[in-house]
Amino acid sequence: MHILDFEKPIAELEGKIEELRHLGDGGDVNIADEVGRLQVKVDKLLRATYAKLTPWQKTQVARHPERPHSLDTIKALIEEFTPLAGDRCFGEDRAIVGGLGRFRGRSVMVIGNEKGSDTESRVTHNFGMAKPEGYRKARRLMEMADHFGIPVVTLIDTAGAYPGVDAEARGQAEAIARSIEAGLNLRVPFVAVVIGEGGSGGAIALAAANAVLMLEHAIYSVISPEGCASILWRTGDAAKDAAEALKLTAQDLQRLGIIDVVVPEPLGGAHRNLDLAMRNLGDALEAALKGLEGLDGGVLRARRREKFLEMGRQGLA
Amino acid sequence: MNWLTNYVRPKLQALVAPKEVPDNLWHKCPSCGHMIFHRDLDKALRVCQHCGHHMRLPVKRRLEMLFDDGAYTRIELPKAVEDPLKFRDQKRYTDRLKETRARTGEHDAIIVAHGKMGGMGVVVAAFNFDFQGGSMGMAVGEGLVAAAELAVLQDAPLIAIPASGGARMQEGILSLMQMARTTVAVDRVKEKRLPYIVLLSDPTTGGVSASFAMLGDVAIAEPGAVIGFAGARVIESTIREKLPDGFQKAEYLLDKGMIDMVVHRRELRATLVRVISLLRNRAPAGELLVLPREMNPEDAARSV
Repeated sequence: MHILDFEKPIAELEGKIEELRHLGDGGDVNIADEVGRLQVKVDKLLRATYAKLTPWQKTQVARHPERPHSLDTIKALIEEFTPLAGDRCFGEDRAIVGGLGRFRGRSVMVIGNEKGSDTESRVTHNFGMAKPEGYRKARRLMEMADHFGIPVVTLIDTAGAYPGVDAEARGQAEAIARSIEAGLNLRVPFVAVVIGEGGSGGAIALAAANAVLMLEHAIYSVISPEGCASILWRTGDAAKDAAEALKLTAQDLQRLGIIDVVVPEPLGGAHRNLDLAMRNLGDALEAALKGLEGLDGGVLRARRREKFLEMGRQGLA
Repeated sequence: MNWLTNYVRPKLQALVAPKEVPDNLWHKCPSCGHMIFHRDLDKALRVCQHCGHHMRLPVKRRLEMLFDDGAYTRIELPKAVEDPLKFRDQKRYTDRLKETRARTGEHDAIIVAHGKMGGMGVVVAAFNFDFQGGSMGMAVGEGLVAAAELAVLQDAPLIAIPASGGARMQEGILSLMQMARTTVAVDRVKEKRLPYIVLLSDPTTGGVSASFAMLGDVAIAEPGAVIGFAGARVIESTIREKLPDGFQKAEYLLDKGMIDMVVHRRELRATLVRVISLLRNRAPAGELLVLPREMNPEDAARSV
């Protein structure tokens, strides 16, 4: 497992347990006791560390390479997933995956940023950084869902939209703007989940939803802490300070009224117990969808628009 | 003190001391390097007479230039929540705001005004680039929401004039939310079938370009204006190669099909009046389309 720098003491203990287990193959009782004792210590340390993660540590957890990404989430929660591709205009952008599927019985349109999980798939998915065709595909799928009265679920996990010459040439800004607009205009339930990194415009493009959920250690921000530090502190080394200042954690954002639900993660982060992480997420998602199902399309749209129109007006002091 | 300092020095000082002339009488064109007298520059709406380079135009001067007889009414904007994150980098955000307000005499980076354009009522939401780079936070979002509401109320077209580097970082996620918020605002104008025109001025980038600024029924840009999503430096450091000539300039966007037209500053007003009156199916406002006096005969011949 990839070890984050602040997890080193935990990793050391886990290493020791592993060593003892190898020694203990003969069934030595003392070793089993020792393993048990160490395991308690590991859990304690994990609990203590994860109970008070700093915003910068959360940023690292949110970007953990083994953290469940959109495709992992889809695999765990969506049955009969049927990927749909292309923006019908220029191409297929694999940085955004999407398609139809069944979530606990109901049809849903799932759209998510996909970062990839090994070198090859990371390149395939362009590290989760979408180009205009990705956002145009997202818009197409949202409109299709609207047409058939199917709820939309988005999974947000991106460092941001791709900053490149080709992306600019094909209208990155316009594609993001239209994707935001399409989401705001849906007449079906729309739930967004920030599962890892909610990076700026590339994230809000898929997140102007009725309900916005966030995993406990996910982050959501207008700019990366590194980017913010290099602009306002004039050095990338201040990323820790920027992470503090930006209030990018799920807990802070809930307090600010930007997100609705914080989904608890297993001890030590979603990557340490995928099954539990997905069960929690599934339950939260189901609850959010249930709260919206049965509402009239016009009401869903009006409430969503009112909610974003109010952002900056009240309840924030 | 001796006779030298008392007597000789004042004369020497007179020779080397800065002249009593303010140093901003002459402006150097950043594009062609020509020196332009300030009065000429102002008369030419800050467009270089030598090379046509469009310099940034202060927001009040722009409003003056667009409205009939330069007359418009500003509306007071509802106050937004201030410094919601208690943001502090090397300076407190509240201190930065205080300084900028003292320097500019403005409360935030947007001005909302209404008045007549070609005899037709219009609402304008114009960014003030001098106020923290025209960055969009809650107050700017509030301005666009108010402008949209006013346009609907007055049954008037809305003209948005962005001049902004993007989101106001010091307002964090709340500035990001303004992208969705302003999108709802301008959509309300569009739903009423009122024209929503965007006049893209230099620069229009980041979260501003990726929301209301790219959603106009008609998108007009000033020559040479930088318009794009990601900053050129960010792109350069990502792809590690030189950017093409004219990248992210208005003409480049026109070429790529992202905007409708690139219009010289002195023709902006007439163009806006024409577009709006056509969209609203009004008779041409005859005498109001008269060409400005400064226009030289060649250009006049071309534009007729």
